[in-house]
Amino acid sequence: MNAIPRLLVDPIACDGRGLCAEILPELITLDDWGFPIIRDGDVPGRLTSEAREAVRICPKLALRLEKLG
Amino acid sequence: MRSTDSRQRHAGRAVDQLPRLLPADGGTGPAGLAEHLARYGPLRSAGLSRSSREALIDEVDRSGLTGRGGAGFPAARKLAGVAAGHAPVVVANGTEGEPASCKDKVLLARSPQLVLDGAVLAAEIAGASQAVIVVHHSVREIVDAAAAERTQAGADRVRVRVMTAADRFVAGEASAVVHWIEDGVPAPTRKPPRISERGLGGRPTLVHNVETLAHLALIARYGASWFRSVGTPAEPGSMLVTIMGAVNQPCVCEIAIGTSLAETLSLAGGAAAPLQALLLGGYYGSWADAAAAETLPFSSEGLAVLGAGAGAGLIAALPQDACGLAETARVVRYLADESARQCGPCLFGLDAIAGELQRLAEGRTSDLSLLRRWLGQVEGRGACSHPDGAVGLIRSALDVFKPELGQHARGWCHATRTATVLPVPPRRQP
Repeated sequence: MNAIPRLLVDPIACDGRGLCAEILPELITLDDWGFPIIRDGDVPGRLTSEAREAVRICPKLALRLEKLG
Repeated sequence: MRSTDSRQRHAGRAVDQLPRLLPADGGTGPAGLAEHLARYGPLRSAGLSRSSREALIDEVDRSGLTGRGGAGFPAARKLAGVAAGHAPVVVANGTEGEPASCKDKVLLARSPQLVLDGAVLAAEIAGASQAVIVVHHSVREIVDAAAAERTQAGADRVRVRVMTAADRFVAGEASAVVHWIEDGVPAPTRKPPRISERGLGGRPTLVHNVETLAHLALIARYGASWFRSVGTPAEPGSMLVTIMGAVNQPCVCEIAIGTSLAETLSLAGGAAAPLQALLLGGYYGSWADAAAAETLPFSSEGLAVLGAGAGAGLIAALPQDACGLAETARVVRYLADESARQCGPCLFGLDAIAGELQRLAEGRTSDLSLLRRWLGQVEGRGACSHPDGAVGLIRSALDVFKPELGQHARGWCHATRTATVLPVPPRRQP
């Protein structure tokens, strides 16, 4: 079974610091108020390490990488 | 499992016609326990065995009952999901924080025993030992008295606890109800975990709207085919609607789902003025052109052609001489103020959107393309559907009141009166 990693943001925990969008601009942009908009779909393999880094660096622990079966 | 017991059949005939849920006498007081039992017959226990509980879930499944709080999720699936968990809790949700709707308040004020029947039954089906009934403050005393009457009669095997709901718009969202009961905070919580898996006290929690539970109490008595004898194949049964605005007798009444909007409006004495538009479903609902909507059936399937749905059963009639953009702007300002202030896009985005919409409605300089950009940015980005509900309402307003947009851009408005149609509570002091 191939696990497909996806980025998910907890909008209650998110404070709009924006570090994730700096690390992973390919998949994360900021709205007009500085909160992350995650592009729909799976995280491609070539961006997995950046995605992990974005999750690790979030000061509010609001971002996670979830593997859906 | 289907009841052929003569007493139940007799009682079934007593509610063969609408209304099923509300007393038919047109009075205003609540039906007491004796009156309730005389009309509907005794509530059949769900039984303690797994098979009898599963049979009842199957009956609910065959009935096609869906949630009457606005989201319309199949009731049987929700029941089965929680029944599978360990030591669950049942919550009857009568928060009804929406200022325009009063169908849940009227149901609780007139048929409290039917709601309590449904809550107790849902608890039995799910294997819960406790049911919490959360109700709007205006009907708290009635529900307390109804619960006390049952306790005195020794009617229930399940512990029933009544609580007053927080009087806020988002307080009725299922996770917010749980949060309110547990911590006194009327705000939605993050998902996951879903409350059906981990809710009150960490237990699997079933939150059903009070009207859904009232229907459940009747399905247990008279069966799925009785329930389906009115309504449409896709949306069986009846539903409570709140009809308000420019109608002669604003009211709550019960309709067969799929009744035409024209016929439904006639239950409220018909239009009190030439109508321009109808707000359908609720403040999370959609505007529809009145002439286009009146011939359509009031059901989510029937209204889909206009991008609308039955929602929580609100039908608000906007007269020709009022401004739909101004009405929408007032409601959206209220919705923005009612944000739980937890999610950035809702807190900042809805506020910005409300401001832009207000400028547009007032004929001041505004930027429609910026407004549309913000709608796209806010949609789908909250922990609950509050921002999405507001966005849907605004999108429908920009569509239905499109001819007004050009007028307003020049500082004009066709409206000849400033009277407001949709109720909005006074702004809270920050």
